[in-house]
Amino acid sequence: MAKIVVTHLEKSVMLPLVRPGRWYWALVGVLSAIVAWAAYAYTVQLQQGLVVTSMRDRISWGLYVSTFVFFIGISHAGTLVSAILRVTDANWRKPITRLAEAITVFALIVGASMVIIDLGRPDRLLYIAQFGRIESPILWDFTSITFYLTGSLLYLYLPLIPDLATLRDKMPVKARFRRWLYTRLAARWEGLPEQRRRLERALGAMAILIIPVAVSVHTVVSWIFGMTLRVGWHSTILGPYFVVGAIFSGVATLIIVMAGVRKLFHLEGIIKPIHFRNLGLMLLALDIVLLYFTLSEYLTAIYPGETQDVAWLTLLGSGQFAAMFWWMIIGGLIVPAVFVAVTRAKSVPAVVIAAILVNIGMWIERYLIVVPTMATPQTPSVIAPYWPSWVEWSVLAGAVAGFGLLLLAFCRFFPVISMWEVAEKAPTPLPEATPLPEPTPAEVAD
Amino acid sequence: MAEPSEREAFEVSRREFLRWTGLAGVAIAAAGSAPFLLAEAPEPASGSPDRRRRWTMLIDLRRCDGCKRCEVACRKEHNVPEGQNWLKVFTLTAASGTFFLPRPCMHCENPPCVKVCPVNATFRTEEGLVLIDEARCIGCRYCMAACPYDVRVFNWAKPNPPESPEEHPPDPIFGHRDHRQGVVEKCMFCAHRLKDGRLPACVEGCPMLAIYFGDANEDFVSNGYERLRLSTVLSSQQTFRYKEDLGTEPRVYYLPVRR
Repeated sequence: MAKIVVTHLEKSVMLPLVRPGRWYWALVGVLSAIVAWAAYAYTVQLQQGLVVTSMRDRISWGLYVSTFVFFIGISHAGTLVSAILRVTDANWRKPITRLAEAITVFALIVGASMVIIDLGRPDRLLYIAQFGRIESPILWDFTSITFYLTGSLLYLYLPLIPDLATLRDKMPVKARFRRWLYTRLAARWEGLPEQRRRLERALGAMAILIIPVAVSVHTVVSWIFGMTLRVGWHSTILGPYFVVGAIFSGVATLIIVMAGVRKLFHLEGIIKPIHFRNLGLMLLALDIVLLYFTLSEYLTAIYPGETQDVAWLTLLGSGQFAAMFWWMIIGGLIVPAVFVAVTRAKSVPAVVIAAILVNIGMWIERYLIVVPTMATPQTPSVIAPYWPSWVEWSVLAGAVAGFGLLLLAFCRFFPVISMWEVAEKAPTPLPEATPLPEPTPAEVAD
Repeated sequence: MAEPSEREAFEVSRREFLRWTGLAGVAIAAAGSAPFLLAEAPEPASGSPDRRRRWTMLIDLRRCDGCKRCEVACRKEHNVPEGQNWLKVFTLTAASGTFFLPRPCMHCENPPCVKVCPVNATFRTEEGLVLIDEARCIGCRYCMAACPYDVRVFNWAKPNPPESPEEHPPDPIFGHRDHRQGVVEKCMFCAHRLKDGRLPACVEGCPMLAIYFGDANEDFVSNGYERLRLSTVLSSQQTFRYKEDLGTEPRVYYLPVRR
């Protein structure tokens, strides 16, 4: 048997699988503790009921639903970076596609669990499948999120296959479980021309299929609100507003995760400033679109001066939500835009700080979509003021930590960089139009 | 014979409401003003569409003095959990001064809450009652967000059990005094009383006789002491429905304070 050749790229990408390092375990420890605390908070809620939240009859949706919208939003990272850039054949995407696709899957899992946490009767969850009424926007959501999760898992798995084969061949012999796992998952990949052709075709098809599914997901999430008779929700802009906001916070999350993984696993040689720069510019463009949508939405509401619209916007602009609202506009939209524009996205820390601000702002934006509408009186009923309880904040912290933990677990078992794609020098040849390429030595180890 | 539209005082037992409904039908038919005959003791919601109920409430705001005895009667009837109001008397201010607006569930013909329910836990019966199947509700509270009248309430905590334990079939038509945590509830127009031919608890509880209840298909409503011909009231008086422009088609009509 020939000697196993491990390239420099493979070595640096595979190292975290074997020896993730002290900081990795420290991070896992901290995040696990937060998740454990959130799990405790949830058991308190299960025992005593939703009364332990601050939600009451008039403001009956709060932090949980906002966080659901937020996480479903950041799941759009994968679609944009991976699918859109794959379709347009942007080659710089290659080192970051894997991370984007993983973010999609984990954000969807965390987001969907927020809805279950919000249910008064989580034990009856499957009634949605059993007695589902297709007239309800919740059913539209259930359907499209299920589709999206399935598609995203497939879309994460397919480009993993060549890398899994590499791992199968190059993991140390003593790592028996790993070798068994990778052998199963690699699906007998040998890098044969026919296999490569089929993989390219499958990826091309998936990239195109996943884009409309992703757009539909956040559109129907917005329609949960848009289909009601309530001020601030009943608006045609809500669908596109949610989709752009989703891609916006998705890109921001990708930037943050990239920075973290790069630092943690010393991947500075693979995830380069150019990636931060390109994503930073994308963030800027989406920021401007979102500012435009925000202006369009609020100006259209305030200018005619309808009583309900004015009541709602007064709560936002100068009422109980003013601090959050102006933080969202200034800290979450204007400052990040200025940051990226002034540095021309050439500074990695500037882009990362902008991305963090954007994500805080986007979470607040989701909160401000859900809560102020419910706080706007539609009858003379008394509306108990809402500020999330410790249980709700704990669950939010647990959701963020759980998301990080899922990503870290993924990093422990799978390469966070798509090795075979990065190793490809030339752009991916189109499957039908060009002769089949020979596998490079990096991919076939003999 | 007098016009059936006139207010007539009837001295009948309230508990015989439905039988009385039949008699009123006979009276109306005899006067030649109704195309259908209801000679036998009626039974709810069966047979031809003519015989089907179309429950309707009419509230005379001029009579309402805001004493909230209807709220008390409702609370007593349903053992309404603490902090909830299935029927709520709003105090409103107009140019003419303050007035009161009792707000039960509107039992809309085009109910926004029923539209959005993902599991068919809330539904509209053929008789026009919007009810909740507490054994089906998953507690997503989408219906609460969708209701423009703030009618729906949620059992956030474990509600107090009734003084005496009760057995009732898992049927939303049955009134229940034991409430379940984690589900949405609301005014049910006392569907369990209607079944037995009785008026809703709030109608009986109103000392001002301001609340009328009846069947639009039989074209009359009653507050327990007098009956009104609904179509005449609607055509001759300036009745309104709450947030009529939303298109929800409420089954609750109001007679305004000033007419």
